[in-house]
Amino acid sequence: MAIDHTTVERTAHLARIRLEDGDAEDLYGRLNEILGLVDQLQQADVDGIEPMAHPLDLDQPLRPDEVTASDNRDKILRLAPAEEDGCFLVPRVIE
Amino acid sequence: MHDKTLTQLKAGLDAGDFSARELTEHLLARIEQLDPRLNSFVTRTAEQARAQADAADQARAAGTNAPLAGLPLAHKDIFCTDGVRTACGSRMLDNFVAPYDATVVEKMQAAGAVMLGKTNMDEFAMGSSNETSYYGPARNPWNTDKVPGGSSGGSAAAVAARLTPAATGTDTGGSIRQPAALNGLTGLKPTYGRVSRWGMIAFASSLDQAGPLARTAEDCALLLGAMAGHDPKDSTCVDRPVEDYSAALTGDIQGLKIGLPEQFFPEHLDGRIGDATREAVRELEKRGAKVQWVSLPHLDLSVPAYYVIAPAEASSNLARFDGVRYGYRCAQPQSLEDLYKRSRAEGFGSEVKRRILVGTYALSEGYYEAYYGRAQRVRTRIRDDFQKALSEVDVLLGPTAPECAFDIGAKTDDPVTMYMQDVFTIAVNLAGLPALSMPAGLVDGLPVGVQAIGDYFREGRILNLAHAFQQATDWHEKAPAFGGEA
Amino acid sequence: MSWEAVIGLEVHVQLAADSKIFSGASTRFGSEPNSQASLVDLGMPGTLPVLNEKVLDMALLFGLAIDAEVTGHSVFARKNYFYPDLPKGYQTSQFDHPVVGKGHLRIVLDDGTEKTLGITRAHLEEDAGKSLHEGFGGMTGIDLNRAGTPLLEIVSEPDMRSGTEAVAYLKKLHSIVRYLGISDGNMAEGSMRCDANVSVRRSGETAFGHRTEIKNVNSFRFVDKAINHEIERQIDVLEDGGRIEQETRLYDADKNETRSMRTKEEADDYRYFPCPDLLPVRVTDDDLQRLRADMPELPDSKRARFVHDYELSAYDAHVLVAERAVAEYFEATVSAAGGEAKLSANWITSELLGMLNREELSIEHARITPQQLGTIIRRIQDGTISSKIAKQVFEAVWNDEGDPDTVIEQQGLKQMSDSGELEAIVEQVLADNAEQVEAYKAAEPKKRKKMFGFFVGQVMKATGGKANPQQANALIEQKLEQ
Repeated sequence: MAIDHTTVERTAHLARIRLEDGDAEDLYGRLNEILGLVDQLQQADVDGIEPMAHPLDLDQPLRPDEVTASDNRDKILRLAPAEEDGCFLVPRVIE
Repeated sequence: MHDKTLTQLKAGLDAGDFSARELTEHLLARIEQLDPRLNSFVTRTAEQARAQADAADQARAAGTNAPLAGLPLAHKDIFCTDGVRTACGSRMLDNFVAPYDATVVEKMQAAGAVMLGKTNMDEFAMGSSNETSYYGPARNPWNTDKVPGGSSGGSAAAVAARLTPAATGTDTGGSIRQPAALNGLTGLKPTYGRVSRWGMIAFASSLDQAGPLARTAEDCALLLGAMAGHDPKDSTCVDRPVEDYSAALTGDIQGLKIGLPEQFFPEHLDGRIGDATREAVRELEKRGAKVQWVSLPHLDLSVPAYYVIAPAEASSNLARFDGVRYGYRCAQPQSLEDLYKRSRAEGFGSEVKRRILVGTYALSEGYYEAYYGRAQRVRTRIRDDFQKALSEVDVLLGPTAPECAFDIGAKTDDPVTMYMQDVFTIAVNLAGLPALSMPAGLVDGLPVGVQAIGDYFREGRILNLAHAFQQATDWHEKAPAFGGEA
Repeated sequence: MSWEAVIGLEVHVQLAADSKIFSGASTRFGSEPNSQASLVDLGMPGTLPVLNEKVLDMALLFGLAIDAEVTGHSVFARKNYFYPDLPKGYQTSQFDHPVVGKGHLRIVLDDGTEKTLGITRAHLEEDAGKSLHEGFGGMTGIDLNRAGTPLLEIVSEPDMRSGTEAVAYLKKLHSIVRYLGISDGNMAEGSMRCDANVSVRRSGETAFGHRTEIKNVNSFRFVDKAINHEIERQIDVLEDGGRIEQETRLYDADKNETRSMRTKEEADDYRYFPCPDLLPVRVTDDDLQRLRADMPELPDSKRARFVHDYELSAYDAHVLVAERAVAEYFEATVSAAGGEAKLSANWITSELLGMLNREELSIEHARITPQQLGTIIRRIQDGTISSKIAKQVFEAVWNDEGDPDTVIEQQGLKQMSDSGELEAIVEQVLADNAEQVEAYKAAEPKKRKKMFGFFVGQVMKATGGKANPQQANALIEQKLEQ
């Protein structure tokens, strides 16, 4: 399933990655090579085979309902690209 | 001192031949002098290392004896280290000082190990040559024009160059085993769930597993013993006692059943690598192993399945790198969308972006079943193949990588050819099995690795096989000429 | 032309756990921004989720309460989208294997009709953080304290046909989650949030019309108004020959209207896939057995029991069981009132709930205890006070003037039991109102009844309400006949 420019653009938008005009052609070519590789899957006989999401057949462990997290606020806020009054800042979101 | 294995260094420290501080200073100096030619470290933590070494010396003097007390090691820069930059090979995290320690880091520290620094790697562990690193490629000490493999390339190069006796790595599709093979080392990927993933920056969560890179199986056993174990912070980390791996190294492989998957010896395999592998098999036979052919019929689908599953998980795992709370943010974002799109376009390198796009596409509406759904079903097939084979034999054996270290730049323009580097290793991650690579020869002065795959949680068995092999051979003792002058 | 509305609700209930669904951070409300966001909640690289056991129990308990298929196997999935208050770039939720499957609940409307409504599913998920648009100089501030708060999303079948039914459904859900103690259900604080899917079709049609989703309807009153408004809007559009756009609309309570939230964004593609960091959740029969043993009596069975055991009307029982605390208050009152259920029910549904409503208090903050109310009822029963005086005693107790018996004693509110004294007052009243007595005697019998009330009123006035009404009636009648 080769993908066209529109699909690549839509996918890049979903992934929130800006495509540079310069490398677009190159990218389409590479993506189609990769998809060519993974398209071998279409020949696989998987009728009646269950999908496998985890390597081990184990159940989700549970955690007691206890407050255990320590306060990392100062450390965390120091990492923020833009911060004010303890909040992370982003360009205004219009609702 | 740098020529000694971890086990030998431990004995030296125990005997009082040298102190942890002396050992640490020696290696720090060696890194300082030699690493500029290798680029295997991205961050050196000399101050911390000295403090840890002094603490280990004091503890030893006081009679306490942690398993790795005073033994130096390097961490792949994928493990979060509290207060130390953790960049994961990416511009995205070039300024990221992790606010906490990964469980692996914590456990190694608790075992008394001394952290020398953080090693270079492919960006977000996506690569087989270390060339996707934001910090430039690490180089192979056997030939510095060659790649060290990846993604744990910095760890492998540093150990091979005797800058550190051991290093941690992570393996999502071969990222410990392939660099181990290309650098003449022993490297182990444990069973999925054996080692905690807490604090290990996720690439593909259902495939990622941390493990050791060192010179010998003995050293890997020592390291794995300290790394493995249940962690309540990782839901996928198994609550099951940790085997005494060092005790498993009896060297006795009498009657051990070794299976050779026919698909691991395709016609187009580099003959010299095939020869080295068959030579290793003969050596093991001499020590009493029984060898037979087995089949993994769906092995050829492992690369396609992997290149759907891993990018799909990665596309989601890497969504958190959005320029909002930490990491790279583009200059002067004009809007929220601009902030996201430029931060991610500028913060990620091209291979990472390609994989995010492939993964996003594979999960998107209308394609999910054809790609992700099928890949998951193929994954079941592959696991079933392994289970069947491992019901007939104890261990599977074959080459680790289809070729030796290649030239830097040789494959960067061709992702698909690069992906085929992992053709023998990827299936193991899909199944979640433990596997190791051990040195088994030299071709044109470059190391060749042989891979041993065990059944779930049978790390002890494959380590013992490697140990038996290393008792009979000296491939693991071969060192590159690099740095010999120092 | 008549129309029928088709309504389904998606309700997010915040579960009352101390810590978050996947991390050990506190769920407490109103702390400094980002002080209750753990490394996990912040989506720090390398962090991993572990499921809170209590949150799972709460979801299962809800499933049992609505007779749902509680599957032994549920799966967490990632819902991928970018938003600054969504720190990981995905919300951990459940998709094709929710923890609670098909169930149902019964509603009672004000006219007494009952209806069973289907619940499609309920699944666990994590809440997002908050975006703050004021006070950041034209930027948006992100506070992630709420990120990771456990939510149960309850999705109904499109079984409701009016705003009133939707409100009844929501109230019933509210009642159930509070009975189970799994949420405080506080809509004003966002512990219960409601989105409504609304469509209309011509009566008799079976296919559904195009639907709109109304977001942000966060009080019982608004649910009714917003849905009814949207139904009317859709009918107007269709009757004018237009068509309904499938879209999300926001309810504006100030203007009582819904408006389109449509942006130029493409249709969402959430790329759901099983979360690789979380394993399948398996629930054993033992788990369910344990939870069943903990299950409190639920409103429906409590209502049936109240009707049967206390001989209450279905309506009174319905009002009393809506809130578990009210039902418990009622039963404690009955027991303090020596088993007098009917009077207890009347006093609670009218006086007590009226008072709480006027003062905007919850039953937990009532300023009269069931024991005190029970005593008042006993004093009515044993003739110590009249019903009218009882209201005075009720208010006195409410205003902290003392226990009922103390109030009655200190304020001299006991009914007159001395018939000689009352007889003298009656005679005095009749003497003071000789004209009316004459008029009464001259009147036709059928007009007399009303006139008789006048004398009773005068006697009650003269006694300060303490006359025993039966006794006063008898004496007045006797004197007028003389």
